[in-house]
Amino acid sequence: MFDFKGYGHFLIDGTIMTVTVAIVSMIGAILLGLVGAGAKLARNRVARELGRAYTTIIRGVPDLVLLLLMFYGGTVLMQWLACLFGHAGTIDINAFITGTFVLSFIYGAYATEAFRGAFLAVPKGQIEAAKACGMNRWLIFYRIQLPQIWRFALPALGNVWLVLLKGTAIISVVNLEELTRKAQLMNGPLKMPFSIYLAAALIYLALTAMSETVLRTAERRARIGERAA
Amino acid sequence: MNFPHCPLGPFDIPLIFVSLPQLLSALLITIQYVFLSLAVGFVLTVPLALMRLSKKRWISMPVYAYTYLFRGTPLLIQLFIIYYGGGQFEWIKDTFLWPYLREAFWCCLIAFTLNTTAYTTEILRGAIANVPHGEVEAAKACGMSKWLLYRRIILPRAFRLILPAYSNEVIFMLQATALASTVGTATAALDLTGAARVIIANSFAPYEIFLTIAAIYLGLTYLIDLGFRGTEHYLSGHLRDRPSAAATPAMIPGLR
Repeated sequence: MFDFKGYGHFLIDGTIMTVTVAIVSMIGAILLGLVGAGAKLARNRVARELGRAYTTIIRGVPDLVLLLLMFYGGTVLMQWLACLFGHAGTIDINAFITGTFVLSFIYGAYATEAFRGAFLAVPKGQIEAAKACGMNRWLIFYRIQLPQIWRFALPALGNVWLVLLKGTAIISVVNLEELTRKAQLMNGPLKMPFSIYLAAALIYLALTAMSETVLRTAERRARIGERAA
Repeated sequence: MNFPHCPLGPFDIPLIFVSLPQLLSALLITIQYVFLSLAVGFVLTVPLALMRLSKKRWISMPVYAYTYLFRGTPLLIQLFIIYYGGGQFEWIKDTFLWPYLREAFWCCLIAFTLNTTAYTTEILRGAIANVPHGEVEAAKACGMSKWLLYRRIILPRAFRLILPAYSNEVIFMLQATALASTVGTATAALDLTGAARVIIANSFAPYEIFLTIAAIYLGLTYLIDLGFRGTEHYLSGHLRDRPSAAATPAMIPGLR
């Protein structure tokens, strides 16, 4: 049933691409999440509202719609810009860049919530003590909050990663050759859709299971300083 | 293609109005997907969650395997397996299932239902496990049978506990139905995103149409949120502060 007649490496190539996309997007999501959490916790009202609008829009609009909007909308925009600069002809925008950008943007909103909770979890007394030592806001962020929030945010960030890993499948729609797209391509000559998609599903499952093991270990390590109840 | 004047047309508002009837009829399909998959899923969830909590491993393990499989793989792949997968086996074409499995609508519905059932089962399992133990003990002390205990104490309490997580699941399902547009774009039953993609393929106006449907999805999400917040408010009346003494006579007509 899983005899893929020499096309098996498609799945391996696809898996490598999926993991690459997921890691790059996760880095982007973490950076956006820090900015988003900063905005949501800011004293500035405009920043707070912007942060709120960001997470509301991501929660309310399907990721596929955002991806297609960015991909086709981006193509129209690039075409127009290129034309303005005297380039005639069609332009293809890079699926990898668009895909990772959209995924970072979407999961950045979830990371925002993770970091917001983590910032609030840092004991107030520590911030007060830092202020009493004469630290300014930036120094407090850099020396007191940033080193600690990772620990508090880790469980929620782990969930973001697990959802993101599965979320990468939608990029196949814009023809980036990750696991799902590779499975579609393999199906062309092989004509065994059930076996191929099941194999892809099992690879996703294995990636999820491995991530869960790593995350459990990481969470245990992060709790090392806490006293057991 | 040559664009002598670099035409980036103005935002085509008339196109939005022309497309609205088509989009709204597609919206009905999207709502059907959400409503039907959630309704069937919820009915399946209750027995599955109870099986998942069973102490007998041969009862709980198959359910755990099911939820693990469906929660650990992308919905898109699940949809592909159900929609395209059947074609690999000739014998499926002779069964009563084939008229359904060849229709994109039914395949999407099956995939969405199986997916949401897996997630909701785990949500409900967590809620049942979190029903305060004292309430269960009290019910047992009153001599309730197991069936009565579940019907009167555990399940009503668990349904209230799952509300926040379940509202997220409903919103997630609404977003997930957009994946229906990746299979069977030639069918009559296009969902909102599918219809948008067809309109864009003909007009090539991605901004106008995608922003319109994004607004529609956003509006629906808001309505779902509103509905769940109202339900939670209604169900948590006993947890809120009583109206203050001064306000009571005026606020409750007929009192005193």
